[in-house]
Amino acid sequence: MIHYFNTLKVFTFVLHPWLVCKLTDMHPSILLNVCMCCFAGAGQDVGRSCILVSIGGKNIMLDCGMHMGYNDDRRFPDFSYITQNGRLTEFLDCVIISHFHLDHCGALPYMSEMVGYDGPIYMTHPTKAICPILLEDFRKITVDKKGETNFFTSQMIKDCMKKVVPLNLHQTVQVDEELEIKAYYAGHVLGAAMVQIKVGSESVVYTGDYNMTPDRHLGAAWIDKCRPDLLISESTYATTIRDSKRCRERDFLKKVHETVERGGKVLIPVFALGRAQELCILLETFWERMNLKAPIYFSTGLTEKANHYYKLFITWTNQKIRKTFVQRNMFEFKHIKAFDRSYADNPGPMVVFATPGMLHAGQSLLIFKKWAGNEKNMVIMPGYCVQGTVGHKILNGQKKLEMEGRATVIIGTLDVKLQVEYMSFSAHADAKGIMQLIRMAEPRNMLLVHGEAKKMEFLKDKIEQEFSISCYMPANGETTSIVTNPSVPVDISLNLLKREMALGGPLPDAKRPRTMHGTLIMKDNSLRLVSPEQALKELGLSEHQLRFTCRVQLHDPHSDNDTLGRIYTHLKSVLKTYSIQHVPDGTVIVESIVIKVTSSAEEPNLKVILLSWSYQDEELGSFLSTLLKKGLPS
Amino acid sequence: MSAHINHVVVVLQQVSLEEVPAKKLRLTKPSKSAALHIDLCKATSPTDALQYLLSFARRPVEAESVEGVVRILLEHYYKESDNSVRLKIASLLGLLSKTQGFAPDCIVDDAINTLNNEKSHQVLAQLLGTLLIIGTQLPDKIAVVQRLIDVACKHLSSTYFGVRNKCLQLLGCLGTVDKPLSKETDAGPGAQTSHVRDVQSVISDYFQDQDPRVRTAAIKAMLQLHERGMKIQQTIYNQACKLLSDDYEQVRSAAVQMVWVLSQLYPESIVPIPSSNEEIRLVDDSFGKICHMVSDGSWVVRVQAAKLLGSMHQVSPHFLEQTLDKKLMSDLRRKRTAHERAKELYASGEFSSGRRWADDAPKEKVDTSGVNLIDSGACGAFVHGLEDEMYEVRISAVEALCSLAQSSPSFAEKCLDFLVDMFNDEIEEVRLQSIHVLRQISTHITLREDQLDTVLAVLEDSSRDIREALHELLCYTNVSTKDLAVPVCSSLSSIPRCSTPDPGAADYIAVLVLVFNAAKSCPTMPALFSDHTFRHYAYLRDSLSHLVPHLRLPGRKQTASSGLEASGVGSGSLESAQNFLQDSLVRVSALQNLETPGAQDLLEFTIRDLLRLGELQTELAGSADFCATYLHCQLLLTKALQEKLWTMAVPLCLKQNAKVSTAARQILDETYKLEFLYSGLETQQIATIHNIRLQAKALQLILTARSKPGVDRVLGACEKFLQDVESFQRLFMTELPHFQDSFVEKLLELMPRLTTCKPLDLVKILQTTLRQSGFIHLKLPEQIHRASATIIEPTGESDNPLKFTTGLVVALDIDATLEHVQDPQTSVKVQVLYPDGQSHIIHPKPGDFRTPGPGRVRLITQVYLSHSAWTEACQIEVRLLLAYSSSSSKQSASKPAWNESMGGLPTSESCIESTIHLSKPVKVFIMPKPARR
Repeated sequence: MIHYFNTLKVFTFVLHPWLVCKLTDMHPSILLNVCMCCFAGAGQDVGRSCILVSIGGKNIMLDCGMHMGYNDDRRFPDFSYITQNGRLTEFLDCVIISHFHLDHCGALPYMSEMVGYDGPIYMTHPTKAICPILLEDFRKITVDKKGETNFFTSQMIKDCMKKVVPLNLHQTVQVDEELEIKAYYAGHVLGAAMVQIKVGSESVVYTGDYNMTPDRHLGAAWIDKCRPDLLISESTYATTIRDSKRCRERDFLKKVHETVERGGKVLIPVFALGRAQELCILLETFWERMNLKAPIYFSTGLTEKANHYYKLFITWTNQKIRKTFVQRNMFEFKHIKAFDRSYADNPGPMVVFATPGMLHAGQSLLIFKKWAGNEKNMVIMPGYCVQGTVGHKILNGQKKLEMEGRATVIIGTLDVKLQVEYMSFSAHADAKGIMQLIRMAEPRNMLLVHGEAKKMEFLKDKIEQEFSISCYMPANGETTSIVTNPSVPVDISLNLLKREMALGGPLPDAKRPRTMHGTLIMKDNSLRLVSPEQALKELGLSEHQLRFTCRVQLHDPHSDNDTLGRIYTHLKSVLKTYSIQHVPDGTVIVESIVIKVTSSAEEPNLKVILLSWSYQDEELGSFLSTLLKKGLPS
Repeated sequence: MSAHINHVVVVLQQVSLEEVPAKKLRLTKPSKSAALHIDLCKATSPTDALQYLLSFARRPVEAESVEGVVRILLEHYYKESDNSVRLKIASLLGLLSKTQGFAPDCIVDDAINTLNNEKSHQVLAQLLGTLLIIGTQLPDKIAVVQRLIDVACKHLSSTYFGVRNKCLQLLGCLGTVDKPLSKETDAGPGAQTSHVRDVQSVISDYFQDQDPRVRTAAIKAMLQLHERGMKIQQTIYNQACKLLSDDYEQVRSAAVQMVWVLSQLYPESIVPIPSSNEEIRLVDDSFGKICHMVSDGSWVVRVQAAKLLGSMHQVSPHFLEQTLDKKLMSDLRRKRTAHERAKELYASGEFSSGRRWADDAPKEKVDTSGVNLIDSGACGAFVHGLEDEMYEVRISAVEALCSLAQSSPSFAEKCLDFLVDMFNDEIEEVRLQSIHVLRQISTHITLREDQLDTVLAVLEDSSRDIREALHELLCYTNVSTKDLAVPVCSSLSSIPRCSTPDPGAADYIAVLVLVFNAAKSCPTMPALFSDHTFRHYAYLRDSLSHLVPHLRLPGRKQTASSGLEASGVGSGSLESAQNFLQDSLVRVSALQNLETPGAQDLLEFTIRDLLRLGELQTELAGSADFCATYLHCQLLLTKALQEKLWTMAVPLCLKQNAKVSTAARQILDETYKLEFLYSGLETQQIATIHNIRLQAKALQLILTARSKPGVDRVLGACEKFLQDVESFQRLFMTELPHFQDSFVEKLLELMPRLTTCKPLDLVKILQTTLRQSGFIHLKLPEQIHRASATIIEPTGESDNPLKFTTGLVVALDIDATLEHVQDPQTSVKVQVLYPDGQSHIIHPKPGDFRTPGPGRVRLITQVYLSHSAWTEACQIEVRLLLAYSSSSSKQSASKPAWNESMGGLPTSESCIESTIHLSKPVKVFIMPKPARR
C-alpha cells in the first residue's frame, strides 16, 4: 500500500468553498457555508412575520407574529413546521423580536407557553416594556369580547416575558460562544430594531420593519457598512416612492382642519402605539398653533400607559424630542384627552384616534359604524390595511359593508357615506428607502419578506440590476439556501511559518494570497496547519515514499557506460540550472531522479534506461522520460 | 533709538560646558534655559524629567535664548532613553521654533539629524511634526523646504500610521507641484527620470493606504496643496471619487471636499460616464456624486455634502433641477407630488371645490424598467437633505438651496415649494433659516396663494425671532395674485387693532405693509380698506417710508401726487447734496494756512453745513459726519497751536495748558471715533487719521515736557512717541507719497536725528514741526457708514422702578438695533452705569446678535443688575459701547506661540484698548431693596 500525505494549498488561511464542501463530510463543525431561511410566516405576505434562520449550525427565529385578518388557527405561524411534536427549545437557539407590533410579536406567548420554548427571547427595552400591554389588550379583545377559547392567558404573557433578555442599541450580545447579535436603530416605532446575527465570519441582518425617513417622533433607520452575507428586508412598500413627508403632514392637517371647520367628525384608526403618537404630536402642535378648540380624543386606556413609556424612552426618539424634553416632554399632551364611549354621540366636531388601525374590530370599528352614515365625517386611514379587514374594503371604495356580529353571523349592511381618506403615514421604508439601506449595509445576498409577491418581484429585479447581488423572495413555508463564503481560521505552526520565511521571497502582504505547503490536521474541533514531519510524528505514522519508475528503450551502439556518459552530457546541456551528477557506480542523478542504463541480453544495441523519481519531482521526471524517448543526439 | 535695551544674549553652550558658571550667570538675565539645564541634569527618573519639561513649557522663552534652549534640549534628547521624554522634547522643539522673532533655520540640521537614530514610531511622528512647524516658519528657504520634503518622502514607507500621516502633512504644507522631487529621494544613482515624481502623485499613492487615518491625511494634504495655491491635476479625480464610498466617515468627509475642489478647478473638462459611451462635464459629474453623499450614513458627511452643493454654481440647470425631483409612484403607478398638484390646482384657477383630495390618485402605469431607484445623478438630493433627521443637515440644505437659487432664478422658482414647506419644520432654527433664505431670494420668486397660506400661518408662531424674520420677508415679497386681498384682509380683521407694544401690533404692521405693497399693483384694493387702514397708511408711509409705497388712495390724490414729486426731487437732491459735500471739501482744502484770518470761520461754517447735510440726506450722513469730525479735529488743532502759551515762559502757562491738553485729548478721542466708528474707509483715510493723531500726541508730549520738568518722565513719553512714528511708517509705507508737506513726512525726514537727540531737543523739534506742517486734505471714499445703535428696549420712560432684593440679580431685557457695525459679536458691549459711578461692562453672547437684514444687526440680550441696598429708587444708565483696540486696526494681533499667557513680556506695540459710545444712554429706574430677615 502506498501512503502519501495530502498537500493542501491554503490561500492566506482562507479555505475555498469547494474545499469546505469536501471537508463537511468529514467534520460536522465546518458546516458553515450554508445559511438557510425557512418561512413559517413572513414570506410574500403581510400579516404575520416569522422567519427561521439557520446559520453556522445555529437556528434562530426572527419575529413571531400573528395575522390580523384571520380569526382561527391560521392567525399563528405553523410551528409544527419546525417540530412535529414537542417543545421548540431543542430546535431553536434564540428568538429575536424586532418590535412590538402584533404582526411581529403576537404569537410569542403562544409559541413559548403553549407550543413550548424555554430559550432566550431577545428584544429591545422599549419593546419589552410595551409588548405585554399590547398582547394583553389583544387577548382581552379575542377572549373577553369574542369569547374565543384555546387562547393564551394573562399568566402566559407574564411567563413569556420572563424569558425575555433586553437588548441595547449597538450592544453586541453573546447568545452562546459562537452566536452573537447586535441591534441597530430602525425607526418605524419606538424601540424597533434591526438585528445583526453573527456566527463566526458569517452574518445575517434582519431589518424587521424600518423607516428611512425620520418623522415627528422617531429618527431614521441606520446601519453601518457591516457587509452581511444576507440582508432580510421587509418590502411592504416595494413599489411605492413616497412624496416628502412635509407634504403628507400638511395634507393630513389640512384634511383634518377642513372637516373640523365644517363641523364634521374625524376618525383616525391607529394601532395604539407607534403612528398614533406621531399623529398626536402633529395634531397637538397644529392645534396649539392655530388655536383650535375642537376636542381631540384618544380612545383606549392604553394611551396613558403607552405615553408613559414614550416619555420614558426619550433616547429612542428623534433629535428634536431628545433635545427639548428638558423644557417640555413632547408626549405630555395638552389638547388630547381620553375618550369615553359616550362621546361618540356628542354633537359638533371632534377628532378621535381609535384602535385598532385596520378597522377590523374594537373601538375603531364601533365608532366607524356610528359615523359612517354622515358625509360630513371623515375617516383617515393612516396606514396599511391587510386584505379582509374593513379598512381594506373601504379603501378599495366599497360603499356597502356587511357587518358581522359575534361568531361571524352577518347581521346587516352598512352604507359608507363618510369620506374615506388614505394618508400613507405608515412608517415603512419605501422602495428608495429599501435601496438606501442596501447601499448602507452592502450585503452579499438579499432576501425580501413581508410584502406582496407581485410588488416584491419588481423590487427584486431592481435590486439585482442595481447592485448585481442575488435576491430571493421565498413564499410562505419555503426554504432558501444561500451559499456563503466563510473564512475558516486555521492555526499554523510557527515552525512551518519560519521555514516558509527561510525559503525567502518577499514578506507576506496582507492583501495577497500566497502558496505554501503543509499538512492540515483536523482533530478535536480544531484545524491546524503543520509541517508534514510534525504531522507524521503526531499521528504516529511512518513516512512512506512514492516513486515512479519508467523504462525507456533506446537504440545506442555504445557500451552501457558510454551511453550513460552521453545521457549525462545531453542532460547537462538541456537542464542547465539543475544539479546533475554522474555517480561512479553507473547512475546519473538529477535532483532526486535516478537514471540507470542496462542493455538487454538479446540485443546489445538496445539499451534500456531506467528512470525513477519521487512523487514530488513528478514534473521533472515526466519531462525527462519524454526527453529521453526522443533519443540522444548523435 | 536713545533708550535701546541692551539684550544680553545668553551663550548657553558656554554656560553648560563651563565648570564654574556662576560668574557668567550673574551677568546674564536670570535665564530659564540655564534653569532647565540644571533641572534636567538633576532629574533622576523619566517621570521627573517629564515634570520639569512640563513646567518649563508653561512659561515663555525670549526669542534670543531659544536657540540655546534648543541645544540643551537636543543634548538631552540624545542622552534620553525614555520614549515619552523624547516625545515631549520633540514637541517642545516644535513649540519653541514657533517663538516670535526666532528664525528656526539654525536648528533645521539638528532636527533632521535626530530622525536618523530614532526607533520609536511615536517620537518619529512627533519629530516630523516639529519639522513641519519649522518648515511652515521658513516657507521662503527653498533649500530647507526641499530637504524637509526629502525627509518626508523617506519616511513615507514607515509602517506606523502616525509617521505616514505626518509625512503627508509635511508634503501637503511644503510641497510644490510644478517641480518634480529631486532624485535623492529615489532608490539611488540608478534612478531614472521616469521615477522622478511630483508631490501630488506621491500623495495620491496614499489614497489607497490600508489605514483610514492615512487616507484621510493624504486627502487633507492634497487639499492643503490646493489651499496653498498649487495646481492640482485632474488625474486624481477618479481616485477621489472612489474614496467617496470608503468605509470610514472621515475619509468620505475629506473626499467630498476633494471632489468639490476638483469640480471647481476643472468644471468644464469632460469625463465619461461609466458603463455607457456618454460623457458629461466634470462639474456635473461631481455634482451628482456629491448629491449622492447627501444620503450618506454619517450625518457629518451629509452636512458637508449639503454645504458644498451650495457653492457649485457652474452646474448645468438640468442637473440642478433634478435635485428637487423625486419621481413618485404608488403600486407601480406614477403619482404626482403634492407640489405638482398644488400648482395645477392653482393654474386651473379653482381652489375651493369640495373634493380636492381625490386628485392624488395614482395615474398611469409606470414602465417598470424605466424606474430608477438608485439615483445615478443628482435626483432628489435636496428632497432628501431637507427631510433629514438631523437639523444640521436640513439647515445646510436650506442654505445651499439659497445660494444656488440666488444665481439661478428658474431654480429659485422651483425650490420655492420646498422652502415654504420648511416653514413647518419642527426645529426653530430651521424655520428661521428658511424664512431668511426666502427673503434673500425674494427678487426671484413670486408666492402663490396656497404658499402664502403656509407663510401667513407662521405669523402665529410663538417665537419672536420667527415672527420678526417673517415681517422682514413680507416686506420684500412679491405675491402672484390680486386675490391676495382676500386672505390678507381677512387676517387683518382677525388681528387686534391696538397699538400697545405687544407682538400683535408688529404683526399688524407687517400685514399692513404687505397690503399696501399689494395695493400698489392692484388699484381695486384700496376700496376694500376700512377707515383705520387709511389712517394707518398715512402713519406708516411716514414712519416706514422705505417699506410702504405711494398709493393713489381715493380722496387722497393730492398727497399721492406730491409724494411722487417729492420722490423725484429726492433723487435729484441726493446728487446735489453730493456735489455740495464735494464742494465744501474742495473749499476747505483751498485753505493753505489756517492761521489766516477767516479761515477758522470758514471751517466752522463748513462743519455746521456738513452736519446739517447729514441730517437732511440720510444716504450721505456717514460721509458728512466723517468729514465734519475730521475738520473739527483740524480746527481744534489749529486753535491749540495758536494759543499764546507757546510764546510764554514755562512757569506761566499752567492755566493755558489745561485748555490745550483738553483739545489734544479731544482730538485723540475723535480720531479713534473716525477710525473705528466708520466703515468703508480706505487705507489712505486711515493714514490721514493716524497723521492727525500723531499730531495730537506730539502736542501732548510737548505739554508734558513743559509742565512737568524732569527728564525721566519725558524720556518714556518720547520713546513711546517714536515707536508710534515708526509703526506709522511700517503700516502706511505705500501711502507716504500722499503725505507731502505733512507732519508725518517731516518727522520721518528728521527721524535719524530724532532717535539720537536728547528728549528736550526732541520736544523742541516737534514744536517747530508741528507749527510748520500743513494739513492733509481729506479724500472722500465712495461709501462711508457710521456705526450707530439705538436701544429700543428699555424705553427709559417707565416710572415703575424695577425692584429686586439686594445681593440678588435682576435681569434687564435689552433690545437694540445696530447699523453698520463691523463684527458686532466681538466689538459691541453693554455698559451699565450706576448712580454711584460704578460702571459695569457686559459682553453679550454671540448668539444674542441676530441679523434680520443686510447691514443691520439686532441685539436682544439680558444684562444682570445687582447692587447693595438703596433708600429710594434711582436711575441707572444703560448704553452700548463699541470696543476697539488701536493695534487691531491693521494687523491682527499675532498670537503667542505658547498656550499660556505671555507672562510679563511687553508686547512690541503699545496698543490702546478702549471704547466709544455707540448709542445714547437709556435710563432705567431700579430699586434694590434690602433683604428681609
